[in-house]
Amino acid sequence: MRSRAAITLTMLDSKLPQRLPHEKLKEIATRCRVDILEMLEKAGSGHPGGSLSAIDIIVTLFFHEMRSNPSEPMWEDRDRFILSKGHGVPALYAVLAEREIIPKSELSTLRRINSRIQGHPDRVLLPIVEASTGSLGQGISIAQGIALGLKLQKKDSKVFCLMGDGETQEGQVWETALSAPKYKLNNLIVFIDHNNGQIDGHVDEVMDLRPLADKWSAFKWAVQEINGHDFSQIIGALEKARQETERPSLIVAKTVKGKGVSFMENSISWHGVAPNKEQLEQALLDLSGGYKS
Amino acid sequence: MSAPSLTKSKDKATRDSFGEAIRDLASEFPKIVVLDADLSVSTKSVLFAKAFPDRFFQMGIAESNMVGTAAGLSFTGLIPFCCSFGAFVAGRYETIRVSVGYSKANVKIVGTHSGLGIGDDGYTQMGLEDINVMRGLPGMIVLNPSDDATTKAAVRFATTHVGPVYLRLTRQKLPSLHQTSDFKCGRGIVLQEGKEIALIGTGSTVNECLKASKILGNVNPWIVDIHTIKPIDRALIKTLARSCKLIVTTEDHNVVGGLGTAVSEVLAEEGWNGKLVRLGVQDTYGESGDPEALYDKYGFSAQKIAEKVMSVSVSL
Repeated sequence: MRSRAAITLTMLDSKLPQRLPHEKLKEIATRCRVDILEMLEKAGSGHPGGSLSAIDIIVTLFFHEMRSNPSEPMWEDRDRFILSKGHGVPALYAVLAEREIIPKSELSTLRRINSRIQGHPDRVLLPIVEASTGSLGQGISIAQGIALGLKLQKKDSKVFCLMGDGETQEGQVWETALSAPKYKLNNLIVFIDHNNGQIDGHVDEVMDLRPLADKWSAFKWAVQEINGHDFSQIIGALEKARQETERPSLIVAKTVKGKGVSFMENSISWHGVAPNKEQLEQALLDLSGGYKS
Repeated sequence: MSAPSLTKSKDKATRDSFGEAIRDLASEFPKIVVLDADLSVSTKSVLFAKAFPDRFFQMGIAESNMVGTAAGLSFTGLIPFCCSFGAFVAGRYETIRVSVGYSKANVKIVGTHSGLGIGDDGYTQMGLEDINVMRGLPGMIVLNPSDDATTKAAVRFATTHVGPVYLRLTRQKLPSLHQTSDFKCGRGIVLQEGKEIALIGTGSTVNECLKASKILGNVNPWIVDIHTIKPIDRALIKTLARSCKLIVTTEDHNVVGGLGTAVSEVLAEEGWNGKLVRLGVQDTYGESGDPEALYDKYGFSAQKIAEKVMSVSVSL
């Protein structure tokens, strides 16, 4: 058991994994959901469904798992997070603001001219997003390259990547599925946000991925299947992934598109449409009232 | 009229020059890493792979993933060179566009087997549109050197330049034309000063221009090597425009979007009122055959260049 002094020291060092308890993660995730919806309403466009399905995973990464340093965001020894499904970036911006890496006031500039927070992540304007994504299927290759480069230079930072399920229809994803195990990238941990929704319909109908986990197992990844909204399951999966000595990890996180907002949940039509003012008010009521999906 | 041979024992394919250069630079630049997609024997990255196996990544026949991985490697401070045939790697344009171009990744893309010059293997293996697509990416430097010395200098330049570079190389041997010190990125090389007529080559066609000049006898054209297609040497082209009534561009590439297009943009913007002839592949696909016969059939062998100059210049 760790001493009280050790715990205090850990809390003081903002660079170490925050390891916040579940209740805290849940609070932060709810605040991020509010920020996501408010910034989308203000922008008048964007992708709420996949931002809300991914948010619990991203919050867990930044507030429980990853080494990150708000006072020096590009700190060399940080863990990396690459949002391969770039359209979910409101979720990432909300978390970066909560982690005090970008100012909260900046969220209102989403999708506006001269903003660092572009409609899809731009690593030149905002380096902490690590990769410019939005053209699906590329982020995982980039994440692999970073993981490989870190290993080659004897760095122990980990690389986390989040893909959409529909995104894995891209051929490039399967090229990386083949190569990451070859290079024994146990420092690469990839989530699939499996909300079964994409623009033209349900993933099962647009282009069936099943059996998704079995496919990645066959490609020699360490595969886990979890509920992507259950913090203890997300944390448990990350703990297991950390113990891999050779294999890269693939975590299929079953999620709900639009999670937390009654009228958005499991609705394909909320993939890429922003809420208007009235819809935002209703959504905020759901979030403050603890709507149970 | 007959084409005198300029080939010498020092003739070398620029892919060989690349393989030697990257191997020889590896100790001086420990951050260089090399990726290939199952063509290392052909691209000559195998020379590096044998000498530095820990810094070489065999990615298999999967060029998109190779390019994306190279981008990620560069984000950790390494200097990745990713190699394949120009046709295959430039064909992964969407990955290059976002993961390398838009991302300002310090990635060097090496495309060998440029143009009709590969000969027998035919069109699918020929990089004939690669300059066009790479030129369209903001910040991408596009290099197409013409001999051993300038290729080696180009590899050194690509290593030290921070930002994306496309390096286009030949399968076929080319004669030695330059000194290493002749290469400066973005600065064309004047091989022969002339008047009224200029022959501009890039890569393999620079030697064709030299041979054409010999065929033309006392015509005395400018001979210019534009090894950097982007950024194009505006100043040199303006100098040629002031001196010439006829400018002929030659390239083993589609004339759409290649050297001829790049030169024509400058000439038009400068208000030049001379005659421009763009020799190269005339917006068609290639085919199998002996390289010299193909250069002749498609109209940019030394002989064909000379004939074109004669026929056009009489009407000026």
